[in-house]
Amino acid sequence: MKLTGKGRAGTLESGDILIEVEPTQGETEILLRSSVMRLYGQQIREVLLLTLAELDLQGVLLTAQDKGALDCTIKARLLTAIARAGGPTLPWQGEEKE
Amino acid sequence: MKSRLRRTMMFVPGNNPSMLKDAFIYGADSLMFDLEDSVSPLEKDAARQLVYMALKTMDYTPCERVVRINSLSSPHGHADIEAMVAAGVDVIRMPKTETVQDVLDCELAIATAEQKYKRKLGSVGMLAAIESAQGVLHASEIAACSTRLVGIALGAEDFCADLGVRRSTEGSELQLARQTIVLAAKAAGIDAFDTVFSNVADEGGLVAETTKIKALGFTGKSVIHPRQIEPVHRVFAPTEEEIRQAQRLITALQEAERRGSGVVAVDGKMIDRPVVLRAQRTLQLAEAMGIVENKEGRS
Repeated sequence: MKLTGKGRAGTLESGDILIEVEPTQGETEILLRSSVMRLYGQQIREVLLLTLAELDLQGVLLTAQDKGALDCTIKARLLTAIARAGGPTLPWQGEEKE
Repeated sequence: MKSRLRRTMMFVPGNNPSMLKDAFIYGADSLMFDLEDSVSPLEKDAARQLVYMALKTMDYTPCERVVRINSLSSPHGHADIEAMVAAGVDVIRMPKTETVQDVLDCELAIATAEQKYKRKLGSVGMLAAIESAQGVLHASEIAACSTRLVGIALGAEDFCADLGVRRSTEGSELQLARQTIVLAAKAAGIDAFDTVFSNVADEGGLVAETTKIKALGFTGKSVIHPRQIEPVHRVFAPTEEEIRQAQRLITALQEAERRGSGVVAVDGKMIDRPVVLRAQRTLQLAEAMGIVENKEGRS
């Protein structure tokens, strides 16, 4: 699946990440800047790639400026940016046990 | 779900990852993640997604997790309920509640979401915000209309705007609304929450207002900053004398139960059920404050 437009979500505040996505003709490309790049750059990249894979989304130019966001924040911001770009969404998942 | 300690309910803006991350460390009894007033209309989707992910990922124990949703008459309310029920929220806080129908509409949406996301039917609680003259006039019907309700809360800023008055320091314009809300909550057997105290720097003012609303019968207060938690808890803490009296009473109750007697007496005086309930609450508060040890594994 491909994006139809551009989308942006998040902020540059501490603990957040600003993500922009748009369709590209080639392979998916991630341009990441992070205040914790040396320690967590690889992990952030993995969260971004896993989320794209979960959505079965290809050909995305993804620009991210991270300010120390948790994994759940990174995933939330990416999902919002993709939805705003006219891309697919993940259904809400209920509790596994109760 | 209903009988837990709720002295403080701290507002946490739903679109702020940093606050969502740290919210549980300050010791509030309940955290209220806000999808409504603190989130701009263009960011409603982002806040919903963020709070959903936070609830699915973070362990906020021992805090109760409350989410204030947008009005069901807005384009966001129903989507908020679906996402939060799926995420495992403890309590949905309705925005401005004016009629029984408002509560029933929300209850139906929650029940539908519980079914869809395979949560136990009735497991999600509700809290109604009373923020208008009409809401206050209907408070007793609102408080009693759903078994999901854990409490009703006064929203003073909107209430004052509805009355066309300014909020004062002494709060005389809120007196009738506060007493009406307490009466409605007590009659329905649920909690009554007072409104926020907006001046974060004025601890003396916060303590004075909390002392007043505790005397009126409120069980807790909404707070907007971590530094307001401790002063509110301090006001709600029982005195040493109250704790000693409560312990004597509970001991007498346990002895009576051991004897198989339904009659409890302390110092030759018969003890009524409401007095026992008050003593239990006093000890619950004392345990939560760490003043006495939790001997019965209560939480």
